[in-house]
Amino acid sequence: MNELIFFFNNVMVAGVVLGSIYAVGAIGVTLIFGILRFAHFAHGDMMTMGGFIAFLLMLGCQALGITTPLVPTGFIVLPVAMVLTAILALGIDKGFYAPLRARGARPVTLLIASIGVTLIIQGLIRLSFGSGTWSFFETEQKQLIRIPVPLEGATRTINFTQPQLLMVLSTVIAVVALHLFLSRSRLGKAMRAMADNADLAQVSGINTKLVVRVTWVIAGGLAAMAGTMLALDVNLKPDLAFNIVLPIFAAAIVGGLGKPFGAIAGGYLIGFAETAAIFNWSVLLKPIAGVLPFEVPATMAVVPTEYKLTVAFVILVVVLLWRPTGIFKGAQT
Amino acid sequence: MMARRSLVLFAGLFLLFAVIGWVLGAANISLLLVQSFAYALIALGLNIQWGYGGLFNFGIMGMLMLGGAAVTFISYPVNAPFWGSEGPLMLGKALMAFLAGFLLVWGARHADRVGIRGRWKSALTILAWIVAYIVYRSQIDPAAAYIEKVGGGWVGGLGLHPVLGWLFGGILAAGVAYVVGKICLGLRTDYLAIATIGISEIIRALLKNMDWLTRGTLTVSPIPWPTPIPQDLQAQGVSIADSFIYARLGFLALVIIFLAIAFFLIQRAYGGPWGRMMRAIRDNHIAAASMGKNVTRRQLEIFVLGSVLMGIGGAMLVSFQQIYDPGSYQPINHTFLIWVMVIVGGAGNNWGAVFGALLIYITWMISDPVAQWLFNGISGWSTDMGWGAIPEIQSRASQMRVFVLGVVITIALRYAPRGLIPEVVKREV
Repeated sequence: MNELIFFFNNVMVAGVVLGSIYAVGAIGVTLIFGILRFAHFAHGDMMTMGGFIAFLLMLGCQALGITTPLVPTGFIVLPVAMVLTAILALGIDKGFYAPLRARGARPVTLLIASIGVTLIIQGLIRLSFGSGTWSFFETEQKQLIRIPVPLEGATRTINFTQPQLLMVLSTVIAVVALHLFLSRSRLGKAMRAMADNADLAQVSGINTKLVVRVTWVIAGGLAAMAGTMLALDVNLKPDLAFNIVLPIFAAAIVGGLGKPFGAIAGGYLIGFAETAAIFNWSVLLKPIAGVLPFEVPATMAVVPTEYKLTVAFVILVVVLLWRPTGIFKGAQT
Repeated sequence: MMARRSLVLFAGLFLLFAVIGWVLGAANISLLLVQSFAYALIALGLNIQWGYGGLFNFGIMGMLMLGGAAVTFISYPVNAPFWGSEGPLMLGKALMAFLAGFLLVWGARHADRVGIRGRWKSALTILAWIVAYIVYRSQIDPAAAYIEKVGGGWVGGLGLHPVLGWLFGGILAAGVAYVVGKICLGLRTDYLAIATIGISEIIRALLKNMDWLTRGTLTVSPIPWPTPIPQDLQAQGVSIADSFIYARLGFLALVIIFLAIAFFLIQRAYGGPWGRMMRAIRDNHIAAASMGKNVTRRQLEIFVLGSVLMGIGGAMLVSFQQIYDPGSYQPINHTFLIWVMVIVGGAGNNWGAVFGALLIYITWMISDPVAQWLFNGISGWSTDMGWGAIPEIQSRASQMRVFVLGVVITIALRYAPRGLIPEVVKREV
């Protein structure tokens, strides 16, 4: 029984947490691709930027003496950080991408421009915060939640931290809100129409400029959310999300670019695949070693821990070969 | 018109190098020159892929790392404890396991010849992959553990001439590029970019963690030079200050010879029927295919060719720095930097690519001291104003280059989207 709980803690809990972060990031990537038809490479750094904005807001709250007894301050300031990042995302679009779009530049040029944006954001963050790491939990405690399992022979507990619980809850809220927005509201329907066929949407009288702006607002807000969640789970550093932008792209592609719900599925798929790949499966096999026809080795992970991130790339490459437009059919440039 | 513009730009670049050399001293500028010319070779490689062929390769870092690993393996002195141990035998077994696995997968992929089709073939292929992976891991894991613990730590080198290592770097990069190209080139634009980034990250993870092959984060040094190193010159009675300059100039000469040969060959190829065909494929692959050109094969050709130059360039950089540190490779420094070089210089024009490489590399390198000087100035001013000094100037200033690079590429895309020395397409009237 303890082995199963160990498995649950290491694969399921870690997978849900990682998957939530990937999913929230990948929704933004996939929406931008669906509407604007280019791979927005700077999304990872928008996430980092959102994380740093939340961090600054938290410092501000602490300086003002505002403390929250139940939840970490990082979560309280999250909505404000999302709004600020959304505004910055609109500014980035206006300053960097809109002029290129107006010139009729190809998606490839926009992708290169987004790398420029990546470098600028990362450079600015590093210039102002240095290259060290920062923590949301300098003054606050990260609460650990232990749930005893009411089963015979179980001495281990199911463990996760309070921020992890909150981040999964906020992911659920964000996804439900996004679903309602896309399926019920007029603007959401306009967005889906534009993702399907931009020219047709425009001639049917849809305000495409507004749709583009709304896309950036949603993508920016979600980026801030994903970045802050990641920073609350690990530590805040300038290349925080730059390192996971590829798994996020992998999630978006696996789910089919342009499909928000595909991105969510892709995010969790990649999150679980990563945690399951580095899990030492011999732990689970030990208790039944007697009935197995082979000897159980001491370590039996699919890949060594160092290769955790490469799991996402392998999945990405396999999916690209097997079904190039993703598991759910995605958009093409 | 174009020629005059190029001449003016290159003259300006020469002046820039001269001024920087005058400020930083001959030893520093000779170091920057060697590195920037090696980057020029890499930029030519990308120019073939992107400028000639329109291929979106974002996996340059992987090719540079392969080149570095190749030159380390060829030129580093022989590691006698490894060759005297069981290591080579175990590695041989692992290689056999790899080949067996390869044959297994290959066989499964061709299972339709014996009548296994459709879903059964897919299942068989997946099974073959799993079995091959397990067989390979069962041999390589003990071999790696053995070599790292008792078999001399790592495989060491072969002790051959570094130039052979450069060439091997090119060959190794070509081999890997062939496999990568086979896998990825069916994908279009954005997908290709992301797939190549993914593959270069896989290469990085492998080279960084295969301690038995590359010593991973323990790094390998000193890697020998193909030309006399400063200590050799000092032994012949050259003063210490001069020895560095002369040694680096010697290295520079060799790099320039390689660059000149590559430049001459690809410039000729560009003007010939082959270059015209490539441009046709780049500008309209559907039309080119309808004219009977085998688009996928030609793209594979160009992908491999560009990667050869990247592999050689990556090997040169490692030789020159005398250290192979797989942990020091970053997408920003080794992929995006080269993209900025080619875009700013002028994709499709070899002169432009070389110009962009030299200009961007020098900008990249001097951003750090300039930012430091600037920050010190501001810091002094803010201290005078009573606001206190800027903390950690040193570490902040070294981050300035990332920002500068971003600004440069943004400006270039906005105001000179075809580069400073753009491609000239000759039209016969």
